[in-house]
Amino acid sequence: MTEEIIIAGFGGQGVLSMGKILAYSGIMQDQEVAWMPSYGPEMRGGTANVTVILSDERISSPVLTRYDTAIILNQQSMDKFEEAVKAGGTLIYDPNGITREPARDDINTFKIEAARLAAESGNPKIFNMIVLGAFLKVKPIVILDNVEKGLEKSLPARHHHLIPVNVEAIRVGMTRVEKA
Amino acid sequence: MAEIKLMKGNEVIAEAAIRCGCDGYFGYPITPQSEIMETLMAREPWKETGMVVLQAESEIAAINMVYGAAATGKKAMTSSSSPGISLKQEGLTYLAGAELPCLIVDVVRGGPGLGTIQPAQSDYFQATRGGGHGDYHLLVLAPASVQEMNDFVALGFELAFKYRNPVMILADGVIGQMMEKVRLDEYVPRWSDADIERVAGEWALTGKRKERERHVATSLELDAYKQEEFNHKLQAKYRRMEEHDTRHEELSCDDAEYIFVAYGSSARVCQKSVQLCREQGIKAGLFRPITLYPFPKRPLQALSRRAKGFLAVEMSAGQMIEDVRLAINGTVPAEHFGRYGGVIPTPDEIVEALKRQIIKT
Repeated sequence: MTEEIIIAGFGGQGVLSMGKILAYSGIMQDQEVAWMPSYGPEMRGGTANVTVILSDERISSPVLTRYDTAIILNQQSMDKFEEAVKAGGTLIYDPNGITREPARDDINTFKIEAARLAAESGNPKIFNMIVLGAFLKVKPIVILDNVEKGLEKSLPARHHHLIPVNVEAIRVGMTRVEKA
Repeated sequence: MAEIKLMKGNEVIAEAAIRCGCDGYFGYPITPQSEIMETLMAREPWKETGMVVLQAESEIAAINMVYGAAATGKKAMTSSSSPGISLKQEGLTYLAGAELPCLIVDVVRGGPGLGTIQPAQSDYFQATRGGGHGDYHLLVLAPASVQEMNDFVALGFELAFKYRNPVMILADGVIGQMMEKVRLDEYVPRWSDADIERVAGEWALTGKRKERERHVATSLELDAYKQEEFNHKLQAKYRRMEEHDTRHEELSCDDAEYIFVAYGSSARVCQKSVQLCREQGIKAGLFRPITLYPFPKRPLQALSRRAKGFLAVEMSAGQMIEDVRLAINGTVPAEHFGRYGGVIPTPDEIVEALKRQIIKT
């Protein structure tokens, strides 16, 4: 199994940390993992994306142009990465902030209203965990127990009391993701 | 049990330095490698192992602090990125001339000049040809994963002391900024005075005792004949390095007709290109030099007897290709494909380049 994922959105949406938690979850499951951010003179509000690869084998390129799954969280990223999904691959997006729905019919498209759900819960910070939940429902490549362990590993101890809130947000994402 | 973590290449350099018993890090911040000193400062190893971490006033000050520490037989290191490494060249040639062991980490970014902060491999010539003045070489290790960023720190110090020569880890922005799973090493204690006496007692400046001659760390010799003799000694050392410590890796080369030659992050991208080629029925392989100096020319020569052609893939306008061509010596075609100035080649365009430049279909 090799899953090549791009997570793309705005800086500040938690794109990089979501990728990190996913990568740590992979480690908990004895997988090889790579996490490669776009880095550069970037700032809050600018675009941010990260490639995450989980595999049972040694990982080749951390820099890719085609992906098994694209998780798209703003219109700029939709413009850039919709075409980059492999045929038969998966696209997950949050319709909030999207002005043009994805159009491809050779891929599996799912939507998750993460921004709205996070806002309604009164805790906008759980946005990225709702998105992660949606991904894990569609692509159950790591089990929730290992994600929980991944959260423990990637968060400093002073934030461990937030893990239950995050796990709950993942469950919300798993329940609310829908086929687009 | 070994500790397994998800870490950036840069962070791992710092962690590995602490764990392998490094005595001192001297540096000056520059993107894309600032996490090395940031991690060291956050880890505060001076409380744990006694390792010194010092932000110098400049790159030049830092490399000269390395000279001072190395002269006493301590494990000393510095790190920087391309423009900062240029500033260190005077110090590096003096270190090579005084035969002092140390570790230099270069996380390369695009140039020339201040260039860009994005990854590049355009400093291959600078790293492998000496960089500073005089007939000298660094031993250059090129990691292609975060695990190798870890492994090459202890290995780098080992080789530096084995040959009394500066060793460089030549990485790039991809390897520095990427996070991967890494198995960290067990802690090795820093050397005691007795350890230094055992390892470096013949040359280290540890305070003159009555029973031995004075040790001098210098690269100055005004007598031309003596300096020539010293140069012979250096050249003999470089030949020993070539004989005993040339490293490379071959992937899918056994039946390969076409072989990519690439190091560092380009080698990772080429691994994907090999997969893509094989899916299309093209028998491709990857030859990955791990030591860039000494360059693994003999194994490459051996492959040239059965391969139809080589494509050197580098994030430069064509530097390592010269070593590839010297090794192959015109027996089969060897071409170069590069993206540069901070651009990373994609797996697909490398496959296209192979078809266009070597297979010619």
